[in-house]
Amino acid sequence: MKEITAMSATAVAKKIKEKELSVLEVVEAQLNAIKEREPLYNSYITITEKEAREQALLIQKLIDDGSLKDSPLAGVPVAIKDNICTKGIKTTCASKMLANFIPSYDATVIQRLKNAGAILLGKVNMDEFAMGGTTKTSYFGEAKNPWNPKHTPGGSSGGSSAAVAAEEAFISLGSDTGGSIRQPAAYCGLVGFKPTYGTVSRYGLIPLASSLDQIGPLSRNISDCASILEVISGYDPKDETSINQVRYTYREALVDDVSNMKIGVPKLYLEEDLDKDIRDCFMGAIKTFEDMGAKVEVFDLDEISYSVQAYYVISCAEASSNLSRYDGIRYGHQAGDYDDLDELYKISRAEGFGYDVKLRIMLGTHMLSSGNYEKYYDKARRIRSLISRSYEDAFKKYDIILSPESLTTAPLLKSKNSPSTKKHRSEILNCSVNLAGLPAVSIPCGIDKKGLPIGLQIIGSLFGEKSLIQAAYSFEQTKPYERPGTLID
Amino acid sequence: MKKYETVIGLEVHVELSTYSKVFCGCSTRFGKRPNINSCPVCMGMPGTLPSLNKKAVDLALLAGLALNCDIVQTCMFDRKNYFYPDLPKAYQISQLYLPIARNGSLSIDNKGTKKLIGIHELHIEEDAGKLIHDSDSNITLVDYNRSGVPLIEIVSRPDMRSAEEVLEYLDKLRIILRYLGVSDCKMQEGSMRVDINLSVRESGETMLGTRTEIKNMNSFKAIARAIEGESKRQIDILKAGGQIVQETRRWDDNRNESIRMRSKEEAQDYRYFPDPDILPLEISDRWIHNLRSSLPELREEKILRFKNEYDLSEYDAGVITSSREMADLFERTAILCNKPKEVANWLMVEGMRLMKENNIDPWDIDLHPEHFSKLISMIEEGIINRVKAKDVFEYVFLQDGDPEEYVKKHGLEMISDDKVLRTIIKQVINDNAGPVSDYRNGKTKAFGYLVGQTMKSMKGKGDPTLVNAILKEMLE
Repeated sequence: MKEITAMSATAVAKKIKEKELSVLEVVEAQLNAIKEREPLYNSYITITEKEAREQALLIQKLIDDGSLKDSPLAGVPVAIKDNICTKGIKTTCASKMLANFIPSYDATVIQRLKNAGAILLGKVNMDEFAMGGTTKTSYFGEAKNPWNPKHTPGGSSGGSSAAVAAEEAFISLGSDTGGSIRQPAAYCGLVGFKPTYGTVSRYGLIPLASSLDQIGPLSRNISDCASILEVISGYDPKDETSINQVRYTYREALVDDVSNMKIGVPKLYLEEDLDKDIRDCFMGAIKTFEDMGAKVEVFDLDEISYSVQAYYVISCAEASSNLSRYDGIRYGHQAGDYDDLDELYKISRAEGFGYDVKLRIMLGTHMLSSGNYEKYYDKARRIRSLISRSYEDAFKKYDIILSPESLTTAPLLKSKNSPSTKKHRSEILNCSVNLAGLPAVSIPCGIDKKGLPIGLQIIGSLFGEKSLIQAAYSFEQTKPYERPGTLID
Repeated sequence: MKKYETVIGLEVHVELSTYSKVFCGCSTRFGKRPNINSCPVCMGMPGTLPSLNKKAVDLALLAGLALNCDIVQTCMFDRKNYFYPDLPKAYQISQLYLPIARNGSLSIDNKGTKKLIGIHELHIEEDAGKLIHDSDSNITLVDYNRSGVPLIEIVSRPDMRSAEEVLEYLDKLRIILRYLGVSDCKMQEGSMRVDINLSVRESGETMLGTRTEIKNMNSFKAIARAIEGESKRQIDILKAGGQIVQETRRWDDNRNESIRMRSKEEAQDYRYFPDPDILPLEISDRWIHNLRSSLPELREEKILRFKNEYDLSEYDAGVITSSREMADLFERTAILCNKPKEVANWLMVEGMRLMKENNIDPWDIDLHPEHFSKLISMIEEGIINRVKAKDVFEYVFLQDGDPEEYVKKHGLEMISDDKVLRTIIKQVINDNAGPVSDYRNGKTKAFGYLVGQTMKSMKGKGDPTLVNAILKEMLE
């Protein structure tokens, strides 16, 4: 089993293409791994065993008759974060509110994956409505970090990271509103890619904050990541915010060469209260890039110190509106007993949402209320423009920007998840990227004393995906993928 | 005695005549089976996104241009948040901060003089679904067919002073929107709905009084009664030394009074903010230019032209242009038969009569100018006489059939054969000895009777000129 499931998506696709493995063999191996490891990691909310087998036979035919010869993912099993709509398959957002919700349509990314011949293994765990960084708010229980099950796999795409690290999927999709792909990827030693806002259609992604959300992959190496990005990217008339680019040939950027790259490192990050291991790794990564011939420079990007506040105002405001539709009337959790319409709303929502979701809805509602709009939302929008402009200026000088992905490695699951200063500081690294709509990737750059992986964040300019991929690929040559040491075989 | 003045501004919601909804591809057809015209987008299913129907934008722009508005070339869509079962996303996509058009005007006739009514703004929004209450089983059902149908809301300035002015404004507005093909403005089907903002103040006062808003009016008659009723209510309060409370009211046409719905304090906080799912809409100069040059000739211009080109009276030109359909019918027929006066007369007399008797609105006239023109030619050529022509016109106007076939089928051709006429007239003279001798004794009235008898025996088909001449000749 391990011989198959430990392979990269690229490698398994090649074996399928060359008829060394059948799609069904791969799917069975993957399903066995899931069965064996799920009790330990709880990565999945729904496993689509039956559909996966049926799909395997169908895709095998298409591969055999040559219809899928250009797809880099033909026959490759994937796991999907449970906030991406799948027709006929439960899509819960890890919430009691949608615990039994079955969408009547496929998200655009799902259609694209299906067209490319990828096999859907199931829907993976997350924080409720993608609000959180640990999966502890999941209605279906927390997922565990395959590097050490006492630790969180991160979040909100924690099921996506746990599943790929635990080899319960070759590759997965997550969504990133303020770091929700990159942070879990860092915590689980994976590559996590948040594309430029507008690159991947959001149609069918159950939104947290519409102007910040972006779907992206988590994978075990940057080549797998480039492959799935090619499949899921592209203009979608169903999403007005998706952008029409000419080519999405990301695999062309898998080139080991950073000798002409100019790299910026914001001073602010070096002044952060980083764990010693993380600082060492980060400094080591900078040195690696220099050794490979890149020019690295420290510069000021202090405007982003306001990004957490602006991020919370905008994301909570948008979320409060996006989550209003869960009113217990057409679908979702409905109160059992109520006297009138107001009670139906109140009880359904009080019972259906968890604490963190309610907190953000209340904050967002407050910030949009009459008299507060200018004070909070409008001000946050202006800060957001300021942050975008300062990044824009920085990218006039640099091809990419480097930062640590997080200030710590994966915390213990049982640690109190208080909104500490450190956690908020950690979010600066992530959410300024979403505010500016930029692409960013987290790649593994080392292991700390506790044996937990450390992530390096590479931020690119708008639509600068290829520079990111090239830099990440070059770095990866010096640090090949490491499996979690504790993974049972 | 203090005198009071009523001040009225209107918010008019108009459904746009697009084939599909404003943010999805569903049909906008009225009267379909409940929830047939719906999809995940207009049902507000999780994860769905709006994609703006450019045709709806075209129509809103046309309306804005025809109402002399400034076009907001970077306009934006906002979310209006509130909970209600007919609103599946729990927010309505509308335009608060940057509506597509503003600062326009509409000219109305006010007892012979022109008066300009200011248009504050015009914005695009989506309609909500419809709740159907079943009181027998005590349940409420929701129909989302209307959810996402595009609307424009046209907000006037408080420039109207009476129910007459309001009705004149609405009539003018409706005719313009119909001419543009922006909306069919059918009040009974809800494709035009009116909110009335009304306040009163002492004559001479320049400050506005406290206003009330009467929501969702859907008939001209009820609007007139509501304005009369509400201004009387407000004046009575002021006369009694009371104060008007700013509130939303509902007009109960059966009780002939307005009823309080909610006060300003109870009003919802809609938490408007820009919809992040829809990018700001950039309207280029070119887009505006193209639409401006596609603007059809509107009624005022048509009246002038019809007076000049076809020598119609002001009154006739006004009636004939009350819908684009009637004006087009007139003009095409006039061109085909080259008898504009004749065409106008038929429309003004027989056409108006038939419309009244059959409850046909001027925009519902539906007949081929070819048929109409052929009828007029048949009269000119003496194929039918004017008496029978009325029957044929009724057939052409109501059934849009070929007049020639109808005349043939029913044998309505005019009888002008001298021999046939003489035989019949001879018989009439023989059968009516009394009136004949009356006539011969100088009672000229009797002649008319004899003509009538002649026509009657020919089932009205005789050539009236010949009948007159031959009868006279044979009586002498």
